[in-house]
Amino acid sequence: MTPDRLRAALRGVPDPQWLDAALRRVATEPAAIPRYFAAAARRCGRGPVPDPPGWTVDEAARALLLTALPGGHATVAETLYREGDAAEKRAVLRALPLLPIGAECVPLLHDAIRTNDTRLVAAALGPYARHLEQPAWRQAVLKCVFAGVPLAVVDGLPDRADGELAQMLAAYAAERHAAGRAMPADATDLLDRLTTTTEA
Amino acid sequence: MRIFDPHIHMTSRTTDDYERMAAAGVRAVVEPAFWLGQPRTGVQSFVDYFDSLIGWEPFRAGQFGVRHHATVALNPKEANDPRCRPVLDVLPRYLDKDGVVAVGEIGYDAMTPAEDAALAGQLALAVAHDLPALVHTPHRDKARGVERTLAVVAESGIAPGRVLIDHLNEVTVDLVRDTGCWLGFSIYPETKMSPPRMVELLKAYGTERMLVNSAADWGRSDPLLTRATGEAMLDAGFDADDVDRVLWRNPVEFYGQSGRLDLTDLEDPAATFAGNSILRGGA
Repeated sequence: MTPDRLRAALRGVPDPQWLDAALRRVATEPAAIPRYFAAAARRCGRGPVPDPPGWTVDEAARALLLTALPGGHATVAETLYREGDAAEKRAVLRALPLLPIGAECVPLLHDAIRTNDTRLVAAALGPYARHLEQPAWRQAVLKCVFAGVPLAVVDGLPDRADGELAQMLAAYAAERHAAGRAMPADATDLLDRLTTTTEA
Repeated sequence: MRIFDPHIHMTSRTTDDYERMAAAGVRAVVEPAFWLGQPRTGVQSFVDYFDSLIGWEPFRAGQFGVRHHATVALNPKEANDPRCRPVLDVLPRYLDKDGVVAVGEIGYDAMTPAEDAALAGQLALAVAHDLPALVHTPHRDKARGVERTLAVVAESGIAPGRVLIDHLNEVTVDLVRDTGCWLGFSIYPETKMSPPRMVELLKAYGTERMLVNSAADWGRSDPLLTRATGEAMLDAGFDADDVDRVLWRNPVEFYGQSGRLDLTDLEDPAATFAGNSILRGGA
């Protein structure tokens, strides 16, 4: 994902002048970002963009606003996350891989994964989760299974899933089985794949 | 029957309530910020509460197909505690949020000077943020409280059509009817209003600018009394359009003045544009 691609995705917003002006202002006056960030959904829309897949207009607009900052991205991202409503928090999480912040914003992932809002948990498991420690990442994947979040949201799952995650999934499958409940099909598939790989 | 409950404290209710409300036709609610029974002692308690009103609670409501918006304010009772008054300084950032469709509940509890200052200051915030205001009226010394409330509202310069005066009854309805403000009535199992008494007021005063809510919270209250009032209206000879006006179109029109009411997929799908049907009332 690149800012240019998001910008192209937003060509059809109802009021492109508002977004252009917001991006220019934020580039020169970073302290102005909170009000633009809060208003972005009602000014630009909330529906899906045609491309990139899986992004909504408000997420794309807010991510672009963050990329337009001249510096201090990690600090501003943290403030916007901490002071944001659920949609603003989600947009910050989705923007993290686009920002020059290294691993500085990993605490935001921990916060999102602790919530019971499945949209935040899902948004925390995008490409930026490569900075997340493996035990926390495994817990988050298992939380997805537990909460019914499709595993397709987990970036890089096939490469990162390991034997320890397989053990956790198998134990959870046993619990579900004992309770007479089914495992989600994507979790069963993952467990099968991990078990087969280990045995091979 | 589609129902918009314009005043209900869902934070205090269970998921069983959400299920029963959705089954009864409640598709949208507004949750005003208020006190919690147990007095709060500092700003951070309010911050966590407000965050819940724009974060967790809308998510919880959404799981049952109920659209959730909020109003945010320092309530009159806690405006009297100097430890809580700095809440006024954090309000502006909440008044910018999509889910916040009015400043509220503001108003009077014991009609103290501290309440005067909080009411006037927050009406000014409503004007500055181009938001309507939801105004609570006191349970004690109610008629004089309503008169004093209306005087402060008039002084503030906010347009009367952007103000909802809530918890009215037979004694106070006349004070508000000709002011241009909207009139709110809370239907309770014992106190406040009942469905049959509400029907009598609707017969006498008509359905224009009249709002009915359950004001359900942590006390004895019932989130289905909006529905019961709609049924009592039908039994009394009102038609389905009258009921729809009181229980849906009136609250939509009032809170729609915020420009932030998002009822996408809840109303006529043809009214949406690019997945965005934010109602822009007023100008």
